Amino acid sequence: MINMKKRTGFVCGDKMKRKETAYIKEKKWLAEGIVSMRLSVSFAALVKAGQFVSLFVRDTARLLPRPISIADADAEAGTIRLVFRVAGEGTRQIAAMEEGEALEVLGPLGNGFPLEAAAGKTVILAAGGIGIPPMLLTAKQLLCTTGARPRWCTPALCVHADGWRNEETFLLDDLRETGNVLIATDDGSVGVHGTVIDALTKWENECTTGARPLWCNAVIFACGPKPMLRALKEFAAERDVPLYVSMEERMACGVGVCLGCVTKTAGVDDHSKVCNARVCTDGPVFDARDVVL
Amino acid sequence: MTKKKEAKPNMPDMRVSIAGVELKNPVVTSSGTFGSGQEYSEFYDLARLGGITCKGIADVPWEGNPVPRVAEISSGMLNAIGLQNPGVEEFMRRDLPFLKEQDTVVIVNVAGHAEEEYLRVVDALNGAEGADLLEINISCPNVKAGGLAMGTDPRMVERITRLSKEHASQPVIMKLTPNVTDIREIAKAAEAGGADALSLINTVTGMKIDIERRTFALSNKTGGMSGPCIKPLAVRMVYEVARSVKLPIIGMGGIMNADDAVEFMLAGATAVSVGMANFVNPYAAAEVADGLRDYCVRHGISAVRELIGAVR
Repeated sequence: MINMKKRTGFVCGDKMKRKETAYIKEKKWLAEGIVSMRLSVSFAALVKAGQFVSLFVRDTARLLPRPISIADADAEAGTIRLVFRVAGEGTRQIAAMEEGEALEVLGPLGNGFPLEAAAGKTVILAAGGIGIPPMLLTAKQLLCTTGARPRWCTPALCVHADGWRNEETFLLDDLRETGNVLIATDDGSVGVHGTVIDALTKWENECTTGARPLWCNAVIFACGPKPMLRALKEFAAERDVPLYVSMEERMACGVGVCLGCVTKTAGVDDHSKVCNARVCTDGPVFDARDVVL
Repeated sequence: MTKKKEAKPNMPDMRVSIAGVELKNPVVTSSGTFGSGQEYSEFYDLARLGGITCKGIADVPWEGNPVPRVAEISSGMLNAIGLQNPGVEEFMRRDLPFLKEQDTVVIVNVAGHAEEEYLRVVDALNGAEGADLLEINISCPNVKAGGLAMGTDPRMVERITRLSKEHASQPVIMKLTPNVTDIREIAKAAEAGGADALSLINTVTGMKIDIERRTFALSNKTGGMSGPCIKPLAVRMVYEVARSVKLPIIGMGGIMNADDAVEFMLAGATAVSVGMANFVNPYAAAEVADGLRDYCVRHGISAVRELIGAVR
């Protein structure tokens, strides 16, 4: 029996979720189809790295919320930053909104990364494509630059490994402020020509300390497309490194009632009593051992 | 107009009765859109609702369908969850004690593939404290056997209704599918079987094709349509059924706000159920209940039950 809450150390049902009107404080295009927005929300101080919000389209034909990961949160300014890809008509309409406009936001949702699992370790933040944005806040919260975190939680070293499609390496400058970034691109225009795994393997070979000392005190947090997560699971298992993956699935409610966004689990899940866990509430972050990728 | 008449009327009487069970207001939630209440209790006090209908419960845990299980359509959604549920044992251990503590009526939705599966759940719930009403789901379009297959044949509807009544200690509501030629025949069959109330409509079978991937949007190929896009169909069916049987009706299908709820009551519904709207606004059901009261105040209606079937 898998108890997701016990495994990842999170407790749901903390009565922090709310739906409210948010205002766009800043908007800019980072790359082709990739937009960055800062929104004023009441819950900026509550956000944990790896959580997401639901955005609502101002269109009565498009009613379901769009789940978007939180790229950054500024408790003092009361804002969150979202970086997302225009994937269809709903996200196109949201991305077309301008500074000063209002939209409905539901959040913060999901569990987030188990930051304490990185305490004193080398933490690898591996991400691909539109999985990259939540790693910015993850790195910031790990390094205590956002919010107050006890010293013992701090990792020894934070390394990013990110895969982009091409030379449009959005968020790279922001990521570099929080650690070394290993770069891979699909077309080879920047960094390693290949995947995040290729970039990690290259880094592993370059490290003079040898493979064992490098990996014996490490943990990987990952977010990206399923093939990438699948490959990372194998990579991590070979090196016996703990891996936490942030998953994505088609969602409706976003709060755990509709059972639309389930992922297959390795064992019987404590909530569903079958081998299904809800990505929106039991996740989106799972111990890679607990889910079938 | 005299000064006295201009004064604010007293609070309207919002109570309605379904098969002898009193609801503090006519607004309940639709099965499958509200879990067993815990998740939405994070947003508001469930005592604001007339009732809660829990997710369909079977005799044993069900896996449901593979993903993708949900898709958006114009002014609505398609779902093919496939009645994933933890089984009646876990429901009674974990969910029912929570529901019992809420100051609201609890309607337990009963699912199955076959007669004996439905009856095992009904038996398990017999005498269960906190389970005020049973709603028999003979209309789910997303399971291969039972569900819809049972709900489209008047003889089978009459039979499963009669058997459910024999096994249940609670009043029995039969949930009807719109995927039939004449829903009045099905309603009459349920009445003949001894149903205490009816709820309608369940989702309408639909399909969406993803033209980029050139495949079905749902792994199950078909799914149940819900949301505002099905509301006119639902209102028409509530109206037809209300004129064909003497049973109280819980009306549902695309109710997004209090105005929609009023429409269903005028068509003949005694109570109304909020479904997909919960996904669009977690406070939706409570807001419909408040808005319905405001409507009564605004129109000088002293008891909300005056609205039931008022349009002929």
